[in-house]
Amino acid sequence: MKKLYSAPFIAFILIGTIIPTCVVAYYGFTSRDGGFTFDNIAAIATAEHAKALCLSLLLSFAATLICFMIAFPLGVILRNSKLGQKRFIIFLFILPMWMNFVLRTMAWQVLLEKHGVINMMLESIGLPGLSIINTPAAVILGMVYDYLPFMVLPIYNSLSRIDESVIEAAYDLGADKSLVLRKIMLPLSVPGIVSGITMVFVPSLTTFAISNMLGGGKVNLIGNIIEQEFTTSSNWNLGSGLSLIMMVFIVLSMALISRFDKNGEGNLL
Amino acid sequence: MALIELVDLRKSYDGEVVLDEFSLSIRENEFITLLGPSGCGKTTTLRILGGFTVPDSGKVLFQGEDITNLAPNKRNINTVFQKYALFPHMNIAENIAFGLKISGKSQSYINDKIKYALALVNLKGYEQRSIDSLSGGQQQRIAIARAIVNEPKVLLLDEPLGALDLKLRQEMQYELMRLKNELGITFLYVTHDQEEALTMSDKVVVMNRGYIQQVGTPEQIYNEPENAFVADFIGDSNIADGIMLEDYYVEICGRVFKCIDAGFGKNRPVDVVIRPEDIVIGRPGEGILDGVVTSTVFIGMHYEMCIEAGGFEWVAQNTVRHPEGEHVSISVIPDNIQIMNKPQSEDEEAISLEEVLGEEGEQG
Repeated sequence: MKKLYSAPFIAFILIGTIIPTCVVAYYGFTSRDGGFTFDNIAAIATAEHAKALCLSLLLSFAATLICFMIAFPLGVILRNSKLGQKRFIIFLFILPMWMNFVLRTMAWQVLLEKHGVINMMLESIGLPGLSIINTPAAVILGMVYDYLPFMVLPIYNSLSRIDESVIEAAYDLGADKSLVLRKIMLPLSVPGIVSGITMVFVPSLTTFAISNMLGGGKVNLIGNIIEQEFTTSSNWNLGSGLSLIMMVFIVLSMALISRFDKNGEGNLL
Repeated sequence: MALIELVDLRKSYDGEVVLDEFSLSIRENEFITLLGPSGCGKTTTLRILGGFTVPDSGKVLFQGEDITNLAPNKRNINTVFQKYALFPHMNIAENIAFGLKISGKSQSYINDKIKYALALVNLKGYEQRSIDSLSGGQQQRIAIARAIVNEPKVLLLDEPLGALDLKLRQEMQYELMRLKNELGITFLYVTHDQEEALTMSDKVVVMNRGYIQQVGTPEQIYNEPENAFVADFIGDSNIADGIMLEDYYVEICGRVFKCIDAGFGKNRPVDVVIRPEDIVIGRPGEGILDGVVTSTVFIGMHYEMCIEAGGFEWVAQNTVRHPEGEHVSISVIPDNIQIMNKPQSEDEEAISLEEVLGEEGEQG
């Protein structure tokens, strides 16, 4: 009986995860004529791909760092605010998540355009316009905007789980505010931080939509290259090979999570 | 000279007064216990002393210096929290070293102190253990070790034994008393457990609804409760209505009892407190009141019996069992009858100590 109940989920995992992964692995390790090869994997070493991977890593790292710099202080503030305020602020941060991801990113496109809303406003008060659209900066902005909630929520969760008396004990033993932050709050929120980092870093690393819309084809990330191999170049084998490389990064992140977050407390909601 | 003076503290939360007219003086090397039911203001008092709560009015003087608004990390006071509040991401040695590192002690001094403190709380060799691997009692002892290594003038303990089982609690009580004697630190202890308070304290402060009810040694609190609240809260007691006929004679349930109290005036209604163990049970006609045993329960050291006599249900404790339905008499020796003024109204149960003393002064 037990097996019967779990059948739909097993089917879902098979169709949604296991079979596609096998298909990707099959394409990744075969050449166009069907023979076994490592070429698609090794292709990451070519200048164009390596450059795209490095840029992806760099931009994702920057976006993750910025998200953390915003989310941790916010989490500390939220922890100390009243319940009503807390809920309202969390609500404000989650609100954009209810809108379609592509739509949100397109909104930034309209805002950042050369003759877009932001520049119009800047010019109307006599300030020079911004020209960050189609630059890595715009892509980072998009990543931060899209993935910030995924950093805020687990960090806030972790921080709010810290027992108030533990913090009082630190003050009681002579610690000042900055020491409490560094020695108590920060280490005790590591599960949430690691979870947040993974939830921002991995999707940023593999994105192609954000770089397409805000990078205007000038910011080529590894996600864009994989996308192009599957679409315009119709080279599924190379696309799959590069995807496998990305999978390694994802598995590494997961391993990192399980190492720091043994109790699963940093999990989203 | 007093180490700490709490002067006329007042605190309310959302308009509800949790502490009022609270004044207390704490001497050096004293084991003082704040005792009362939950919500009586005892934890608030402790938090004000620790610096975690600022009173609405009143002052906290530490060696004559006003520290009312001083941050907790600037006070020469350490706290043992109710829920231990150990740092879960540090091992035991790191927990104990936390305060010492902040005050910039050398590593060798810190190591010596950790060893000394662990020996003091009977947990030698536990330095590298994690917090999770300890039992509740062990965690509490580490919390105490973490506080005392800083050599505070005062150690605040907020119901530290509340989460422990009875046997462990008793062991810890003896350990706390031993620690206090060895260290020469002033202990301010908060509890709702009257037995704990009576066992350990030099001085007990009984509190209710934000007011001090009585301050005294455990013996004074138990034997000479100042009002019905204290009598009722400390141990079991029979609190009967009585009329003080004249000095040394009180009428209870229509019979005259001899007592040792005087100065209440003539024919004045009073509360009479008689401890269950002080009721002498005899054959019918031998005592002052005749009655019938309505229930008998064995509770370990003795039997607890309810005796219906003179229209009042008396609780009596005796090592001799009197079965249900037996006709008996009861009497009480004068020493064991405690006479108290009746509160003027229900609210006056929360009367402050000063008022009680004041009233007595007027009569005398």
